[in-house]
Amino acid sequence: MDAKRESEPTPMKNPTATQRKTDRELVVTRTFNGPARIVFEAWTKPEIFKRWWVPKSTGMSLLTCEMDVRVGGTYRLVFRHDAFPEPMAFFGRYIEVTPHSRLVWTNEEDEGGEQVTTVTFEEKGGKTLLVVHDLYPSKEALDAAIASGSTGGFSEQFEQLDELLVTLGASVGP
Amino acid sequence: MVQYSESGLDASFAALSDATRRAVLEQLGRADASITELAGKFHMTLTGMKKHVGVLEQAGLVMTEKVGRVRTCKLGPRRLQEETAWLERYRQLWEARFDELDTVVEELKRKEKVDGRKKRE
Repeated sequence: MDAKRESEPTPMKNPTATQRKTDRELVVTRTFNGPARIVFEAWTKPEIFKRWWVPKSTGMSLLTCEMDVRVGGTYRLVFRHDAFPEPMAFFGRYIEVTPHSRLVWTNEEDEGGEQVTTVTFEEKGGKTLLVVHDLYPSKEALDAAIASGSTGGFSEQFEQLDELLVTLGASVGP
Repeated sequence: MVQYSESGLDASFAALSDATRRAVLEQLGRADASITELAGKFHMTLTGMKKHVGVLEQAGLVMTEKVGRVRTCKLGPRRLQEETAWLERYRQLWEARFDELDTVVEELKRKEKVDGRKKRE
């Protein structure tokens, strides 16, 4: 089975688009070559979800993946990253579960307020247009996410910069 | 500051080497502000704050606009580039996930076909 898959020509990848729609919103869109019921299944069954949610290129691994996909049900994902000693937990609850078309959950790990993720699945001609919409509690929360997600984090960069300047100052100083 | 004018990167480094200027950038990330407001917030003279803003502006980290007698400061194009770069990394993460998901979808499609055949038999 695996050997056969490898010998098949790789189909053209569908493009992934991201956009900061407003001060508080991020949107990701992508089309999948399969019906909505299959794509939806991949988002709602933990044993399938954990196969694709944490690609190896991120340097992260998923330690636990608990998902109780129904309105009011909770989820908890625990990751480990090579660069951090402590595992990181992401958790929240599902607030809308409409089979094959819509999935809404909260992200409650940040103390700054609840972030809400909405995923919609729209089937057309056997393909599914997927839209992931992240709504942050405030502009500040999204700005902070962007700042901390910059290579190594903003403050860390500044610290490195400080060190560099000290070194430069020392070498060219009188 | 003359020695830094040769390259934009040097100007950025120099601008960011000062704690007050970094704090000003963080403040402007939350909301645009006039030089008077910034001076008040950081307990500085207007002249002192003007100098800091001038350094940040030269580095492209801050933009200023004068309306009437008030000069308003906001984050400049270099900061926007940073956001664009972050969005691109964010896109790459999703792309990597979705490439894996493609494989999963193909597998589920095949499985569905096989299961469907079995049912008809």
